[in-house]
Amino acid sequence: MTRINLVVDGMRVADDVEPRMLLVQYLREKLGKTGTVIGCDTSNCGACTVHLDGQSVKSCNVLAVQADGHEVTTIEGLARDGQLHPVQEAFRECHGLQCGFCTPGMIMQTVDLLTTHPHPSEEEIRLGLEGNLCRCTGYHNIVRAVQYASGQLATAATPNGAAQEVTPA
Amino acid sequence: MTAVETPPIGTREIGRDRRRKEDARLITGRTRWTDNITLPGMLHLAMVRSPFAHARITSIDTGAAKDAVGVVDVVTAADLGESVGVCINAWPITPEQKAPTHPPIAVDRVCFAGEIVAVVVARSAAEARDAAELVEVEYDELPAALDLKEAAQDTVLAHPDLGTNKSAYWVFDSAQAGTGGDVEEAIAAARTDGVLIEREYRQQRLIPAFMEPRSVVVDPTGEQITMWSATQIPHILRFALAATTGVPESKIRVIAPDVGGGFGGKLQQTPEEMIVFALARRLGKPVKYTETRSESLMSGHHGRDQWQKLTLAATREGKVTGLKVELLADLGAYVALVGGGVPVLGAFMFNAIYKFPAYHFACQTVFTNKTWTDAYRGAGRPEATFAIERLMDELAAELGRDPLEVREQNWITHEEFPFTTVAGLEYDSGNYEAATARAKEMFGYDELRAEQRRRRESGDPVQLGIGISTFTEMCGLAPSRVLGSLDYGAGGWEHAQIRMLATGKVEVVTGASAHGQGHETAFSQIVADRLGVPFEDVEVLHGDTQIAPKGLDTYGSRSLVVGGEAVVRAADKVIEKARPIAAHLLEANVEDLEFKDGRFSVRGTDAGLGLTEVALATFAAHNLPDGVEPSLDAEATFDPVNFNFPHGTHLCAVEVDTETGQVKLRTYVACDDIGVVINPLIVSGQVHGGLVQGIAQALWEEAVYDESGTLVSGSFVDYLLPTAADTISFQIDHTTSPAKTNSLGAKGVGEAGTIASTPAVVNAIVDALRPFGVHDVQMPCTPERVWRALRQSEGEGAGAGGETVGGAMPHFDPSTGTQGTADRTTGADE
Repeated sequence: MTRINLVVDGMRVADDVEPRMLLVQYLREKLGKTGTVIGCDTSNCGACTVHLDGQSVKSCNVLAVQADGHEVTTIEGLARDGQLHPVQEAFRECHGLQCGFCTPGMIMQTVDLLTTHPHPSEEEIRLGLEGNLCRCTGYHNIVRAVQYASGQLATAATPNGAAQEVTPA
Repeated sequence: MTAVETPPIGTREIGRDRRRKEDARLITGRTRWTDNITLPGMLHLAMVRSPFAHARITSIDTGAAKDAVGVVDVVTAADLGESVGVCINAWPITPEQKAPTHPPIAVDRVCFAGEIVAVVVARSAAEARDAAELVEVEYDELPAALDLKEAAQDTVLAHPDLGTNKSAYWVFDSAQAGTGGDVEEAIAAARTDGVLIEREYRQQRLIPAFMEPRSVVVDPTGEQITMWSATQIPHILRFALAATTGVPESKIRVIAPDVGGGFGGKLQQTPEEMIVFALARRLGKPVKYTETRSESLMSGHHGRDQWQKLTLAATREGKVTGLKVELLADLGAYVALVGGGVPVLGAFMFNAIYKFPAYHFACQTVFTNKTWTDAYRGAGRPEATFAIERLMDELAAELGRDPLEVREQNWITHEEFPFTTVAGLEYDSGNYEAATARAKEMFGYDELRAEQRRRRESGDPVQLGIGISTFTEMCGLAPSRVLGSLDYGAGGWEHAQIRMLATGKVEVVTGASAHGQGHETAFSQIVADRLGVPFEDVEVLHGDTQIAPKGLDTYGSRSLVVGGEAVVRAADKVIEKARPIAAHLLEANVEDLEFKDGRFSVRGTDAGLGLTEVALATFAAHNLPDGVEPSLDAEATFDPVNFNFPHGTHLCAVEVDTETGQVKLRTYVACDDIGVVINPLIVSGQVHGGLVQGIAQALWEEAVYDESGTLVSGSFVDYLLPTAADTISFQIDHTTSPAKTNSLGAKGVGEAGTIASTPAVVNAIVDALRPFGVHDVQMPCTPERVWRALRQSEGEGAGAGGETVGGAMPHFDPSTGTQGTADRTTGADE
């Protein structure tokens, strides 16, 4: 067992963990942060994406001990003071989720993407989310959600359910 | 009939792009996936699975595992006996169907790689998995039946005791059924004086690959044994548990909490569910099992996997005269819940929207030593649509005509509805002309054809292909009587209940079990309109057999058209129950009341009473008419009289690099006629997601086995699920021919995109390559296959075709030669 100290969603925590314990297992099993989920064993799906010191990581690919002394933000810590993060709001507004299992990872990855690319092109969005799999949406409305969150869509949906893009100024 | 007037436009909920009620929890991580559930004293399972496709189990030594730290128990089939139950087949497609018993744990023989042979119970999931490594199983390997065509020859038997790999042979013949002529006559006539298109297509094996791995928790500590499962079918599962374990149905509660996608893959009664149920009962403790992704891909059921031998007869003028379909369908190791019913669901759809005068369908289901197959989004209908839409393109090519024009020559015109097809189905409504016109307009069909000509003429290395799919499908499973006539074991009705709460809220209970579809939002819209209550005041409850006691769950695009109609009928009953009470309270005659926008009013006066006020008065029950029960709550069970027939025209443009074989999607247009749309935003999501699953069959996905029967595409490294970077944005729209068999006018949309898109993409690829003599590329159309198809036809002259062989090359690690990183058995490296 190894002692770790870290901050998760603004809360200081300390635990003795097995060296082999993954960060995602630590979040789910020790802290009850079940908003972060496990979708694969090969770090392909990105469902477990969280932020480690503000940068997105796949928490199945990080050992809990590697998070010692660092700050972790999960989907559960994204909304502040009862206010949804704009990216969370955008996913709902644009119907960027269906079953919702990939959604925590998608949202965390999108937040990271928009930090580095505040006004991403469609191609940049698609490449930026390449590490996160979704089986429900076909990605169309996820892309719209990212465009909406970055202020590139006037409205999320038309009566035909298709988003209208804002002509870049 | 209740007089419900339509609220003025603008206040109606039906047709609004409401944002989903479900999302508030899902976007904040406040979720209840089965794997999130933790109960006091809960134990964890790990499965020991066979690495062999076919082997006799000679011994199992559990000693070392039992001694491991934290291990509570290690069990084999012998330990559990009959108490574990069996996995059932609900649809024996013929009375003679051969089906081996499907035990949840292999008894003395394993029939596919991944089958469970022993189970470890431990205090933690990690300890269980560690100990599973210590279980020593000795196998005596048996020859495995792997290739579908070879298996159909009975050279190697998947189940030697059955004496054959052939499970069932199912036939529909229009001459026999009296729904059309003799297909052999049509073929003979076409052979001498017409056009005959004879093709063989492969429907590769796919994996549903829902994002949430399956998970089961069973708590046996209450009077009812409670099972939480990541399932699409809590009600059917409860029935199967009771029917095969002897535990009374009334002692079992099944809950499908948040379920992360299914696509048919969670339409199953799984060995894992049976094992968790048995061990919780055995140990008297809550027990959990969550599969790894590799386990999910290896042992969750697969889909498709057919060879299709197709003969289409037509006149020289392009009029279709007959269609003959001969299928081989791979069942895998067992006949699953729906099993051979999946290809049979396609039997009525090969004729599609075209007026074939003669039709013959025959399907042979075959056992192999591979993972069992069952429903995957579309289930039988994508296979049928692929075949006919590919054939119509081939017919057009043979005639040297535009493929849309040949389709139009043969399709049912909108004046001809209702139309009884050669397969005996009555299509209630549709307008193929309108959907096609709209799709062509969005697509810029003529402009793209012009560009295609330019590229062909200039010899552009990147060729443009245009693919068409004018699909229809039968969904909304299903009329119980029809299911009965097809030997399906259950009915196809759906149940709903509406409870009027004293505080003005409305609870809607549905037997449909959503797992991402947005029922809570769509059903709220329906009830808000029907009862005239605010959308926000409607609460939709589902997915728990104690809350929604009756239901047949969610699959086959049935929730709205069957479950939604049950909701409508329950709502109408609520209004009828409220009417005499409202009349009594208003001191008016029942006949003088009209109900509009949630309010009973007395005709010709200002007097009125809101439905929720009536609900409160009924709750108090102080002043009710004599003999009237103090309740407005009502339930309804709806059994449809017919299937439901969405249709649409999908147009796809691809760019094919003839030097590398790379296929790039350029434009995809879908104009679907799904009747009246309840929520266009939810519909768009269903269409987009469906499209990508169908496109993925065309371009990327395939479950590949090696020569020894090991699934080499057993992880997300090897099974190519598309990412955002692989896909494009779509253009979608709708034309509307309301369904005539439900009062909403709605049609199913859950499977439409998947059913339509696969042939659109392959037709586009073949269209691009036709000048090179290619008339087919086997799916998935990988760059390698496209490249080979081009080279093959070059080598063998035009018209030689581009069929490719074998499975797609798995992703081998170059540092170890061809040795893959997956755990593989002898023969894999050859």
